[in-house]
Amino acid sequence: MRIGIPAETHAGEKRVATVPEIVEKLIKQGFNVAVESGAGDGANFSDEAYRTAGAEIVNDKAALWAESDIVFKVTVPTSSEVNLMRVGITLIGFIWPAQNPELMQQLAAKKATVLAIDALPRQLSRAQKMDALTSQAGVAGYRAVIEAANVFGRFFNGQITAAGKVPPAKVFIAGAGVAGLAAIGTAAGLGAVVRANDTRAEVADQVKSLGGEFVKVEYEEEGGGGGGYAKVMSEGFLQAQREMYAKQAREVDIIITTALIPGRPAPMLITAEMVKSMRPGSVIVDMAAERGGNCELTEAGKAVVKHGVTIVGYTDLNSRLARQSSTLYATNLFRLTEELCKTKDGVINVNMEDDAIRGLTVIKDGEITWPAPAIKMPPPKPAVAAKPALAAHGSSGAPASAGKTAAFFAVAALLFLLIGAYAPPAFLGHFTVFVLACFVGYMVVWNVTPALHTPLMSVTNAISSIIAIGALVQVSPPMMLDMTRPDDWIRALAVAGIALTAVNMFGGFAVTRRMLAMFRK
Amino acid sequence: MMSASLATVSYIGAIILFILSLGGLSNPESSRRGNLYGMIGMTIAVLATVFGPRVTMAGLPWIIGAMVVGGSIGLYAARKVQMTQMPELVALMHSMVGLAAMLVGFANYIDPMAALNLSGAEKAIHEVEVYLGILIGAVTLAGSLIAFGKLSGKIGGKPLLLPGRHFMNLAGLLVVIAFGWQFMHSDSISSGMTALTVMTVISLLFGIHMVMAIGGADMPVVVSMLNSYSGWAAAATGFMLNNDLLIVVGALVGSSGAILSYIMCRAMNRNFISVIAGGFGGGKPVKKAEGDAQPAGEVVSISAVETAELL
Repeated sequence: MRIGIPAETHAGEKRVATVPEIVEKLIKQGFNVAVESGAGDGANFSDEAYRTAGAEIVNDKAALWAESDIVFKVTVPTSSEVNLMRVGITLIGFIWPAQNPELMQQLAAKKATVLAIDALPRQLSRAQKMDALTSQAGVAGYRAVIEAANVFGRFFNGQITAAGKVPPAKVFIAGAGVAGLAAIGTAAGLGAVVRANDTRAEVADQVKSLGGEFVKVEYEEEGGGGGGYAKVMSEGFLQAQREMYAKQAREVDIIITTALIPGRPAPMLITAEMVKSMRPGSVIVDMAAERGGNCELTEAGKAVVKHGVTIVGYTDLNSRLARQSSTLYATNLFRLTEELCKTKDGVINVNMEDDAIRGLTVIKDGEITWPAPAIKMPPPKPAVAAKPALAAHGSSGAPASAGKTAAFFAVAALLFLLIGAYAPPAFLGHFTVFVLACFVGYMVVWNVTPALHTPLMSVTNAISSIIAIGALVQVSPPMMLDMTRPDDWIRALAVAGIALTAVNMFGGFAVTRRMLAMFRK
Repeated sequence: MMSASLATVSYIGAIILFILSLGGLSNPESSRRGNLYGMIGMTIAVLATVFGPRVTMAGLPWIIGAMVVGGSIGLYAARKVQMTQMPELVALMHSMVGLAAMLVGFANYIDPMAALNLSGAEKAIHEVEVYLGILIGAVTLAGSLIAFGKLSGKIGGKPLLLPGRHFMNLAGLLVVIAFGWQFMHSDSISSGMTALTVMTVISLLFGIHMVMAIGGADMPVVVSMLNSYSGWAAAATGFMLNNDLLIVVGALVGSSGAILSYIMCRAMNRNFISVIAGGFGGGKPVKKAEGDAQPAGEVVSISAVETAELL
């Protein structure tokens, strides 16, 4: 079958639905690929590059649409594009069926099969490789930080130079979804102090792992709306949230807002009052500008200065990083094509039995199949409370609960008391050494790299042949004159002991050496 | 010959080297040096003992003979073994440490000099040490042999769950304690020997039973755990012989082995307790559940050329 890649027609859209690298892979799957001349210009992919990859370059837009069995698009098709389509075409791209009911009717009239990449059931783990929303949001999150850095008048990282001390920029990120997390990672990577907030409390760990600090709203309510999206919150929560945002606005230099709720206007988070309270020269990047904006003063598509604060409301963040966005998008579509064409013979099969494909397919042969029935997911496993680490000798990784710790210390104290009451002093000397050595062993090994588990095991094994010392001292100790001792028996046992441990001693170290030789680069 | 102080100082040096060795092994960059430290430490420890005050020259030929025989077997095995058989070899070598600990314990018990000048609490402690040393040694020996068998495929990997195994273990423990009491109150070596022998047999059976109840996939953790046991056996021997080097190194190996098995469990997403307790903890339902769970991720097919490009 023939895959057509038209040039995107939206003003300012620089992305393209596939890149030369992916063209090669599609051809390997048995498809023919036709690319409209100039389709990749915005993302710096020349016609020549596509031709080299094996694609046919078509100059006429109408011809491309008319001759393609499958069309890959990025943005929602315009009605003029729909008119160019041939009957029975398969269209893959962003559709947003909830927002575009007329378009759905037009496509259905064309007897088209439409796979809306935005309708992908993201909760399926095998759908992740096709998740274009995620890949595009990640790019946008990165770019949002770069845009902020561009208009911000200071360094992101703190520095101490001969010319004076520079404090690090403070960045607050509202919404820790994919875009928000990408922004956290990027801002932290540039050296800023990053704080973030989200209505879904479970993302706190993700924020921390990327180097951000999670700012909580002091109000109890869980904001997960299923499928990893946020939901609308209650009034009490919103009040507490506004207070938190107002506080952050006074403290930070840069705010990046990413808050979106599916199918609704973007929530208003930053009021004009808050903007006024920010320091002059501060920056707000509103990633929700297209859907009304999270900030009251945002103007979609523009960067404006209000009350000394630059408010960036660009809606084309992905086009501002067109090459990266296109490459990731093309890979998402390629993974989808692989799912559609498991036989690798260049013929796609829209299998409605497949949960992921069923979710994506919003129109099948002219029949609207959106919305797809909810997928039955196995119930999430109840979160297993972290058990206090019960490693030997009370050396625990995670802090145990206070009660258990107290009980543990009580038992230990009792044990020590008993030993102290009855044991002879000579024993206590050895016992001190013993306890200290246990702790040293624990400290030393605790941070071992996983790759070294086996060598470490092997070397401890080799070291445990220290028991040879026990055998050595028994072979021929200095004799006391009046003692009789079953010499031959003891010697036989001891010599056997030495021989056995020698196997372990020499063998153990030699084996460890061999294992470690594999790590040498 | 060295003086007692010189031998002790050498021991301290050896201990430092062992600690550095274990520490070095937690990082790939320092790991090779760590192994070297271990070798040097062991050499110092052995030499200091052989030339120290507690060994006379009469024993030297025996020692050298035993070392040469054992050492050459060990080196040969280490050189010949295939990379994939390393864990088996380590398990097999553990069993030797366990056996050696047993032998040393027996030798010490029949040696009248060992308990000379000891009375009351000291004598009791000494006897507990002997008893414990042999017990741990026997469990290590039997457990390691079974682990070796499972790893090398000589014994089936499936956990063997005997009916009433908790009671069997409990009964074994009670018998061991009963004979321990009898052992401590025996008036002659020969009568104590009976108790000691019975206990050894029970410990061996216990070691076999313990590891048989654990599935083949958990064997690396078991080997690490037995490694820790062999450390505790060495520490018990140290108490028995009044030797600080043995105590310290035994405790080092014991605690680091225990921690390592815990870390390995965590890395494999297994519950530490259910693995070591094996069949006799809540292990059975856990294993069942994991067997049923389907891998959640998905495989993206990739050609050799693409792999090369990725690299």
